Amino acid sequence: MSDEKPFVDIRHAQKSYGALEVLKDISLKVNRGEIVAIIGPSGSGKSTLLRAINDLDPLTGGEVWLEDTQVNKTLPHRQYEKHINQVRQDIGMVFQHFNLFPHLTVRGNITLAPRMLKGLSEEEANRLAEEQLDKVGMLERIDYYPSQLSGGQKQRVAIARALAMKPKVMLFDEATSALDPELVEEVNLVMKKLAEEHMTMIIVTHEMGFAESVCDRVLFMDQGVVVEEGPPSVIFRNPESERTKNFLRKHLASNKE
Amino acid sequence: MGLDFSVVPDYLDVIFLGALWTIAITVGAALLSFFGGIFFAVIALYAPILIRLPFRGFEWLFMGTPLLLQLFLIYFGLVQIGIDLPAFVAGVIGLGLHFAVYNSELIQTAIVAVDRGQMEAARTLGLSRGQALRKVVVPQAVRDVIPPIGNNMIALLKDSALVSVIGVTELTLSAQLAIGRTYRPFEFYVIAALFYYVINLGMEAVLRRIERRIQAAR
Repeated sequence: MSDEKPFVDIRHAQKSYGALEVLKDISLKVNRGEIVAIIGPSGSGKSTLLRAINDLDPLTGGEVWLEDTQVNKTLPHRQYEKHINQVRQDIGMVFQHFNLFPHLTVRGNITLAPRMLKGLSEEEANRLAEEQLDKVGMLERIDYYPSQLSGGQKQRVAIARALAMKPKVMLFDEATSALDPELVEEVNLVMKKLAEEHMTMIIVTHEMGFAESVCDRVLFMDQGVVVEEGPPSVIFRNPESERTKNFLRKHLASNKE
Repeated sequence: MGLDFSVVPDYLDVIFLGALWTIAITVGAALLSFFGGIFFAVIALYAPILIRLPFRGFEWLFMGTPLLLQLFLIYFGLVQIGIDLPAFVAGVIGLGLHFAVYNSELIQTAIVAVDRGQMEAARTLGLSRGQALRKVVVPQAVRDVIPPIGNNMIALLKDSALVSVIGVTELTLSAQLAIGRTYRPFEFYVIAALFYYVINLGMEAVLRRIERRIQAAR
């Protein structure tokens, strides 16, 4: 966190669907190697904010910067497509429902984009796939199809697929929400490992324990605004805002059931 | 006058040759209808409106008119505007385009049904919309509709008999030639039917194999 210049810089992000404002003037700076968790009730806009970073859900106002590049800059359609496809290679994303390609093997899932976009040879791409799968502990399943894997295994492959593009930042959109409880830990372990390697990560999550143990900073969002942000020890142990307290109390109660 | 199958062996080579033509037409038209179907589906869904609208008209033409008429139009009609196709080629094109339109309808539905997350995951990796369609969405859609496309291919095999009317000596026309010499319609039509049946069995076996191979990849 020594860099004074932010690595990911969201400036006055706004998003509305007609009269409905989903994001109301949100700014967020993330430094290189920093790990930020975004928590909040469903409908708070946290996924929308995350998906705005790689322009999957374009903002209606504000700017998103990755290092010296504006992600959502105004360009004619064709040029913009070229620009955004380039930028997205630097932004890895992991989805709640994995979104592995079911018609390809684990190997095919990982090598597809590097081969098409980075011009890797089959041999190079295979080596890359093996390397990334080894990292997430899925090397033995390289020739399996997604349908032959458990949810936790699918998500680890999805992480390896994103990492194979050598992204500068990783976005996690409720990566463990769709998993059976006993499968959550294996995915969390992979994410912790990435944290130890100082990958810059922005994590939308419902796992408060995980956020507390891994993240440098936590944002609590509600109704399209950042209500409170700070180190996990403060947000989870000693929050200032009533809304944060309420949310955490409700969340704890529902988790105990 | 009873049935007499003893005349059949003398004409077996003619019938056999006809069967080979039927196979050739069917395979050619099946390939055209398969890849044409994919191509048409992508046009129908994603082409700019100026291409999509005339294409709709073309689709209507192929779905709303008899295949027989389409074959006449391609073989006899196109000559007038200087396109003189050999009968075999005209037959393959007519049959192939006709069934491509039906396959396209199936594939369009399947493309729309592919989970939105597939396109999103591909785009997130940096693939363009076209690349994502080609490598991720369309292959999945096609896999989903292989069984009904297979049914269309069986229908195509049977409809290949229509190509006899533009003078391709396929199985049905070969049987008719033999009948013209021997005046034994029952015997030769039964033989031709038997050949169709065997080709059909072979085709079903191939389709089953393809279905089994893609089953794993779901």
